[in-house]
Amino acid sequence: MTRTRGRRLPAARAYGVAAAFLVAATLISALVGAADLNPLDTITALLDKIPLVHLPSGLDAVDRAVLFQIRLPRIVLGALVGGLLSVAGAGYQGVFRNPLVDSGMLGASAGAGLGATLAIVYFGGAGPAAVPVAAFAGSLAGVAIAYASGAIGGSGTATLLLAGVAVGLFLTAVQTYVLQRSAQDLQQVYSWLLGSLSGATWQQAGEILPYAAVSVAIVLVHGRHLDVLSVGDEEARALGLHPGRTRLLVVAACALAAASAVAVSGLIGFVGIVVPHVVRRLAGPSYRLVLPLSLLTGAGFLVLADTLARTVVSPAELPIGVVTALVGSPVFIWILRSTPAVRT
Amino acid sequence: MNAITIDELTVDLDRVRILHDVSCAISSGGWLALIGPNGAGKTTLLRAVAGLLPHRGAVRMDDKDLGALRGRGRARLIAYVPQIPVLPPDMTVRDYVLLGRTPYLGYLGAPGRADKAKADQASEQLDVTRFAGRRLGSLSGGERQRVRLARALAQEPQVLLLDEPTSDLDLGHQQHVLELVDDLRRGHGVTVVSTLHDLTQAGQYADHLVLLCDGKVETAGPPAAVLTEELIARVYAARVTVSTDPGGHPVVTPVRDPPRGPGD
Repeated sequence: MTRTRGRRLPAARAYGVAAAFLVAATLISALVGAADLNPLDTITALLDKIPLVHLPSGLDAVDRAVLFQIRLPRIVLGALVGGLLSVAGAGYQGVFRNPLVDSGMLGASAGAGLGATLAIVYFGGAGPAAVPVAAFAGSLAGVAIAYASGAIGGSGTATLLLAGVAVGLFLTAVQTYVLQRSAQDLQQVYSWLLGSLSGATWQQAGEILPYAAVSVAIVLVHGRHLDVLSVGDEEARALGLHPGRTRLLVVAACALAAASAVAVSGLIGFVGIVVPHVVRRLAGPSYRLVLPLSLLTGAGFLVLADTLARTVVSPAELPIGVVTALVGSPVFIWILRSTPAVRT
Repeated sequence: MNAITIDELTVDLDRVRILHDVSCAISSGGWLALIGPNGAGKTTLLRAVAGLLPHRGAVRMDDKDLGALRGRGRARLIAYVPQIPVLPPDMTVRDYVLLGRTPYLGYLGAPGRADKAKADQASEQLDVTRFAGRRLGSLSGGERQRVRLARALAQEPQVLLLDEPTSDLDLGHQQHVLELVDDLRRGHGVTVVSTLHDLTQAGQYADHLVLLCDGKVETAGPPAAVLTEELIARVYAARVTVSTDPGGHPVVTPVRDPPRGPGD
C-alpha cells in the first residue's frame, strides 16, 4: 500500500480493492477453524450457492453443515456488523465534521450497555432474546436523548457532541449503579459488553437485515450532502442545503445502523472510527466514496477480526472487541505511517 | 432597471440591532461596494441579502421577493463568498468547484456531465484548471481566492456577494482578483455586491458605494460623491486627503501630522 503514498486510488480501483478485501476475508474465514474443510471443495460449495451457478462439491454432509450453518452465518453477521459500524462512524464523522467521532458516540454505546444490563439483571428470565432488543432500544434512546438535549442547548455540532458525552456518562453511571447492586450478573454483562459473534445464526442476520438495509441506504444517499456540509453550515446553506435537516436524517440513520449492529454483537469499539480513516487515506475525503468503501472495508475487517477471535485461543474465544483493538491499533498506526494524511 | 433592491432592512443579532432600516439599490450588472468602519454592519448586510440571517424588510431582485425563495431556488440566483470560507484541506480543487453545482442537483442527484462541464468552464475562466487536481490545503492565498470565485461562478448566479474578497492578498493579487470580478460582471452580466476595506479600490472598481456607519446608511452614491475628506474624517475618525487618479477615480491617501520634535 506504500505505492499509494501521496496519491489517491481512482474510484473504480478503490471499489475493486475493497471488494477483493471482503471476498478474501470471507474465504479465509470460511476455511479457517476447528473443522478442516478442503479449500477447493469449500470454494465450489460457496460458488454453487450463487444463483445460476451449479458446481458439484466434494464436501460431505458434516462439512456442509459446518460451512453453511456455523461458519457462513457468522461471516455474514460479522460482515453486516462491521459494515454497519463503519458506515455509521463515517456518517457521524461527516455530519459533525470531526474525525474523532465514532459509531458509539452520542450516547449510543452507553444506551445499548444500559439496555443490555437492565435486560440481563431484571429480565434475565425472559431469555436471551430480551438482550438484543433491549440493547437496540437503549442505543436508539441514548442517541435520541443526546440529540434532544443538544438541540435545547442551541444549534451547532459542538453542542450536540458535548450533550452526547454528558448523556453517555450519565447512562454509564446508571448502568454501573445497577451492576453494582447485582454482582452475580457481572460476568454475563461484562462478556456482552466486550462483544462477540459466537452463536451467530441466519435468523439473527435476517432480523437485522431490514434495519441495516434502510439505514445504509439513507446514509449512502447523503454522501454528496456530507461533502457540501464539509464547507460549513453557513456556506452549505448558501448553496441551498438544509444543514439541520441533513444532520438529523443522517444521525438518525447512523443511530439505526449502529443499534442494529450492537443488538447482535455487543459493543465492538474501534471499527467505526478506524475504518473510515483507512478508506480516506486510500480514496480521499469525498463521502460519496468514503461511505460505500467503509461499508465494504468494515465488513471485511470485522470478518477477519472475528476469525482471529475464534481461532487464536481455540477452542476458547477472545472477545471480538479485544481483537479489533489489539490487532487493529498496530495496523492502523502502520497505515498512518505509510499513507498521506487526510484531514476531514 | 434595478437588479437588486434592499428595502428597509433591519437585523437584530442577540437582541442587539445591527442594521437599522438600510435601503439601497444597484442596477443589473453593476458593482455595489459596502464601505464603512469596523462594526458598521457591512458583513451583516451581505449575509442578510444572502438569506443567511433572519431580517425584517425586503430584498428584491427585479421585483422578485428573494425572502420568499428558499434553499436551492435562492442559491441559483445568489452566490455568497464569505471573508474566510471553509476550505476542507484535503478536498481537490476540482471537487470544490463542483460544489457550486449543488443548487442544481435534485435530492438524490449527483453531478452529471453538464455540471462537470459548467464547473470546468468556471475553472477555466478563473484560470484554476492547471491545479484542478491539487488539494485546497496546498494552495497559496491568491490561488485560494480564485478557487472560491470559481465555485461561486459554477453556481451561475445573477448576483455575486463577496465579503472582503481581497483580504490576505498582496497588492498585485488584490488587483488581479478585483479585475477578475470586474470581468465577470462585464462578461456575464453578474451583479456584484461586495464589502471592501480599501476605499481607493472601492472607488476604482465599484460604480456605487454605500457608506455604512453604526448600522445605518450614512451616504450612498457614485464614488466621487461618497469619498470626500470631510465624510471620511467624520465616519472613520481618520485624516485623509482625496485626490483624483488619471482615470478620474478618487484616491484616498492617509496623512499623518508631522511628528512633533523633542523641543516643541
